[in-house]
Amino acid sequence: MNNVMRRSLWTALPVVGALIVIVVLLLLLQQFTAVEAGPVEVLEAFWKSISSRGDLSLRKIANVIEFWIPLVLVSMGLVVTFRAGLWNIGIEGQMIFGGIFATGVAFFRFSDSPLVMIPLVIGAAMLGGALWALLVGILKTKFGVNEIFGGVALNAIASQITLQLIAGPWRPAGSDKAQYSASIPDASRLPGISTDFDVSLLAIIIAVVAIVAVVLALNGTRWGLNLKATGRNARSALLLGVPVTATSLGALMLCGALAGVAGAHRIIFTEGQVAGQFTGGIGFIGLLVVLLVGMRGAWVPFVALLFTIILNAGTQLQFINLDSSLTGVLQGMLVLLVMLFSGLRDRWQLSQSRKVKVTAPQPEGAD
Amino acid sequence: MDDQLLNILRTLVLSATPLTIAAIGETITERAGVINLSLDGSLALSAVTGFGVAVFTGSPELGILAAMVAGALVALIIALASIELRLDQVAIGFVLTLLMADLAEFVGVPVAGQRVQGVPYWPLPILSDIPIVGRIFFDHNALVYISYLLVIGTWFWLFRTRAGQAHRAIGERPESAYARGTRVNLQRYAYTLAGGALVGMAGAAYSLSVRVGWTTPPSMLGDGWIALAIVIFGGWHPARVMLGAYLFAGLKAVAGAIQSTDLAIPVTLLNTLPWVLMITTLLLVSSGGVERLLRIFPKQMQYRLRTILRSDPPRALGTRFDER
Repeated sequence: MNNVMRRSLWTALPVVGALIVIVVLLLLLQQFTAVEAGPVEVLEAFWKSISSRGDLSLRKIANVIEFWIPLVLVSMGLVVTFRAGLWNIGIEGQMIFGGIFATGVAFFRFSDSPLVMIPLVIGAAMLGGALWALLVGILKTKFGVNEIFGGVALNAIASQITLQLIAGPWRPAGSDKAQYSASIPDASRLPGISTDFDVSLLAIIIAVVAIVAVVLALNGTRWGLNLKATGRNARSALLLGVPVTATSLGALMLCGALAGVAGAHRIIFTEGQVAGQFTGGIGFIGLLVVLLVGMRGAWVPFVALLFTIILNAGTQLQFINLDSSLTGVLQGMLVLLVMLFSGLRDRWQLSQSRKVKVTAPQPEGAD
Repeated sequence: MDDQLLNILRTLVLSATPLTIAAIGETITERAGVINLSLDGSLALSAVTGFGVAVFTGSPELGILAAMVAGALVALIIALASIELRLDQVAIGFVLTLLMADLAEFVGVPVAGQRVQGVPYWPLPILSDIPIVGRIFFDHNALVYISYLLVIGTWFWLFRTRAGQAHRAIGERPESAYARGTRVNLQRYAYTLAGGALVGMAGAAYSLSVRVGWTTPPSMLGDGWIALAIVIFGGWHPARVMLGAYLFAGLKAVAGAIQSTDLAIPVTLLNTLPWVLMITTLLLVSSGGVERLLRIFPKQMQYRLRTILRSDPPRALGTRFDER
């Protein structure tokens, strides 16, 4: 009992510490700069972003879930790549390519029936994301290019390709220079559950399946074990007969496929067309989520929910004259501080255990 | 030489300056065994800090100084987190990349679009009168000349001084350096901070020299990653790092020149070029291509060439060292 309480206290400590620092920073901002809003107003903005007239608003919660779905998808993918010891910063590009493939198929219009189109579009999204991720993987395993740099470069290239497609083949009929593509045909769009709760049921199901499947696969299969071995020490894993290259490439492609669906969701549900930066930075937020939860994939849905609420409060913050970039600052600050505080905690625990060793006299020859 | 080409080359040198300074800063840090991955965010934060301070004080010099402090502070977080708290340098660096870019955008709101005098134009007295070369290299502002001095100074420090030898040792074999009496972690703090301060100076070079001003999204977005790749391409050697920075700036200058002609090459294609070059250069130095190239040369030359073309990272890069 005592042990359980102490353990949960130790887990909560970094989060509490991080929150205290953020509150102090907001107070300082309010005191010494032209910013009028303080922590109370910021908290109020958060509440307002999910409620209307003092009650939780179904419509606004639907907005949060709309962001939550792609964030969960990329985060579950990133849990897999992190387990394999890979820094998949290329996740944004994988989202983009999923979106590009999905849009390509949607504009092809094989059929006017959603029953035909939606599976095709989602399948294409998975393929697009997986292929773009495979590129990162091949650069790393075959040519020794670190996945961080390969990923960053491929992100930038993917986003330029999107701009080119919007300006060229996908431009709306009759326009010369477009910021958005033409609208996605209805047959390829995901329907919402209702006008009051505008969330795609199919997307929720896919997200939940992804959570369960990844958690189970990581903890209960040989594949999960291979991933872990590759991530811990690739060289010894290879000596033990783990197919390290195949495992790494597989992890990246799975992550890419999930990211592809996330990217497609942004287009065939949220936006209904392709914009220049349609991913909304969700891939990078996914990396923050996974840095926070570490290897515990089961925590992803909850942390992702917290992050989507922060992200979604961006528009509310503008009403109290705070730039919406504050949401990114809050998310980054939260992750940084939690990491720093857990580092502090570990160090303190280590020094405590050392003290015990020093004070307890060691019987001679015990070693 | 016609004027247009001369102007392109002159702009090339000016726009290579921040990349050179940032990459030299990162070289200093990584030679000590520490990775400062936060460059893309640090550059943005220090650029806005430098610009903001210049706006409020009217002094670009104070702006540069403030930017250097900002860059050093970000580096301090990385040093503290990795040395004292034993956290992963890459993880902390990545979080700082995102956080600092957002922070820059947030604090930059009041100064966005304002005007201020940048680093004053200062052609070097005699040198700038040399035909062609003078106009290209010595007809700029002080930051550009500082970047030349930094490359030479860093090379001399690393390869011609005792202290520089110890500097390299803590990045290669910290145990041996420690056994010889070097205070590994103290020195790592010093080099991480020095490198961070230079990254800060590079940030100021963007907002107070290359293109004076601050916009959202900032103009240097993505250059931090390119600077990090240049350090790898440059094999952690100041001269090659400078070469890399000029290669990337040259590509940008050519792309800019093409854009102003009537050639029907889409802008998006030109924008992908630096990233294609980044992958290509990393591919070249990482995949053993250099080794294969070396085998063409006679045996006696191979050793010398290898020291010049070497691209192995410092052996202890990204690891931590426990002094006890």
